[in-house]
Amino acid sequence: MDPVSAFILLSNFVVIPALAYGSQLALGALGITLIYGILRFSHFAHGDIMAFGTAVVILTTWALQGFGISFGVLPTALLALPVGIVATILYLLAADRTVYRFYRKVRAKPMILVMASLGVMFVTNGLTRLLIGPGQQRFDDGTRFVFSVRDFREWTGLSEGLALRSSQFLTLIVALVAMALLFWFLNRTRGGKSMRAYSDNEDLALLSGINPERVVVITWAIAGTLMVLAGTLYGLDKSFRPFTYFQLLLPFFAAAILGGLGNPLGAIVGAYVVAFSEMGITYAWRRFFEHLLPESWAPDGMLQILPVDYKFAVTFAILVLVLIFRPTGIFRGKSV
Amino acid sequence: MADPFLIGEAMTGGYGGADILHACTIAVNKGEIAVIVGPNGAGKSTAMKAVFGMLKLREGHVRLAGEDITALTPQARVAKGMGFVPQNNNIFPSMSVEENLQMGAFIRTDDFSGTMEQVYDLFPILREKRRQAAGELSGGQRQQVAVGRALMTKPSVLMLDEPTAGVSPIVMDELFDRIIEVARTGISILMVEQNARQALEIADKGYVLVQGQNRFTDTGQALLADPEVRKSFLGG
Repeated sequence: MDPVSAFILLSNFVVIPALAYGSQLALGALGITLIYGILRFSHFAHGDIMAFGTAVVILTTWALQGFGISFGVLPTALLALPVGIVATILYLLAADRTVYRFYRKVRAKPMILVMASLGVMFVTNGLTRLLIGPGQQRFDDGTRFVFSVRDFREWTGLSEGLALRSSQFLTLIVALVAMALLFWFLNRTRGGKSMRAYSDNEDLALLSGINPERVVVITWAIAGTLMVLAGTLYGLDKSFRPFTYFQLLLPFFAAAILGGLGNPLGAIVGAYVVAFSEMGITYAWRRFFEHLLPESWAPDGMLQILPVDYKFAVTFAILVLVLIFRPTGIFRGKSV
Repeated sequence: MADPFLIGEAMTGGYGGADILHACTIAVNKGEIAVIVGPNGAGKSTAMKAVFGMLKLREGHVRLAGEDITALTPQARVAKGMGFVPQNNNIFPSMSVEENLQMGAFIRTDDFSGTMEQVYDLFPILREKRRQAAGELSGGQRQQVAVGRALMTKPSVLMLDEPTAGVSPIVMDELFDRIIEVARTGISILMVEQNARQALEIADKGYVLVQGQNRFTDTGQALLADPEVRKSFLGG
């Protein structure tokens, strides 16, 4: 029996990757939940616009690298982030002007807005492929590890190894800062409070003199920023492929609905629940239990509940269960 | 007679389709309380919404301090000094009491902490619960938040749509006391009430509406004393 090894093993293969993946999901789910709270529709173009924003970041990164500019130990993509964020916000505002604003004016049903966002999704989908192609791109540079398995073994002298990749570390830091700033903005500033007021009670917000168009612009700007952060961090951590980003829509929505649509804190909690469930259910627990149990009890099988290919099935199951048993989510958001 | 501070004169209109109001006139003087009563479906709330601009008038005018505001949007009327407390959904439930009041003062660019203190003095329970989410409060306390929110713009006239709907009789009396206090500070009050008797008792002016028309208009006391009003609308 060796509980320390079991713990290290679990940290290396489940906890750290799930924390990083959960943070990336949280940034995306926050955008979904904010847009749902303020604009009152499910934003289906989220994944594809995230791909668009990340594509801009990647192209800018390559351009910077072409000029011989790098960011030392940190990935060059961080320098390119502002360009991607600005491009994405402009893109979202253009979509709002040309598509969503009309439906808002005629007070269309949410479902119509959802369909409109589906249209925006298809257009963006094509645009991203024109921009950077459908293939996989890697754009990480700088140091790969904060500490590697070998470093860890040398420091501790333990048999199990633990690594922390720079992209994972960076994800955690950036996500934490972004979430802290978001909550500060929502709870402490006039603009943030007007957003919450508008989300709470649209008519009363109008009566109080809150300008809805301004609230909408702020919402798109925040959602756009979060999308590009999520997309870039995901791309650095794993890799960039437009189709993969489109697929992230499912865990985004699962996280936002699980937490309670319209509730930012819920979106974050939901994102980590989804990430840990996906990782936990598709992880082969055999070695973990080999460390933890007496040798004679060692399991025969892999103890993997589902193959990794089925990780979206886990998310889908969470989504279905929440919608059946608690449609308002953990934190009592708006029901779907 | 001098023109009343706020008057909706000979208002005719509805929500599209048939008219609900027929040459209905509602007015309130400075610092006075005017109450609109009448049976269900008489157009009481509609008359108030018409005064506040939430209803398009086919005929008639609304004047505030002598200025014709018939064409203004509700938002513009708020800026002109009208405060409105809707009957339902009149608070921001997930925001704290204090934030509700801050949102009430959204259009103000000056320092509104003095006004907030006045609201807390008027409704001491709100000071106690200032950090609590408004949606977690009791019905009566929510109404106090709603009234407090509307007072944050320092309105010259406050319009209340059934402020005592769904609160207990004790709380109702307390709310009426507070409303009298607000009126004493010089704010005109226009109020729609289901509890006709209690409302007329505190009213300087009462309007009995029936089918979108003025049936009786007099001081609150006179209406309470009028045998016909008593028989038809106050249950004897």
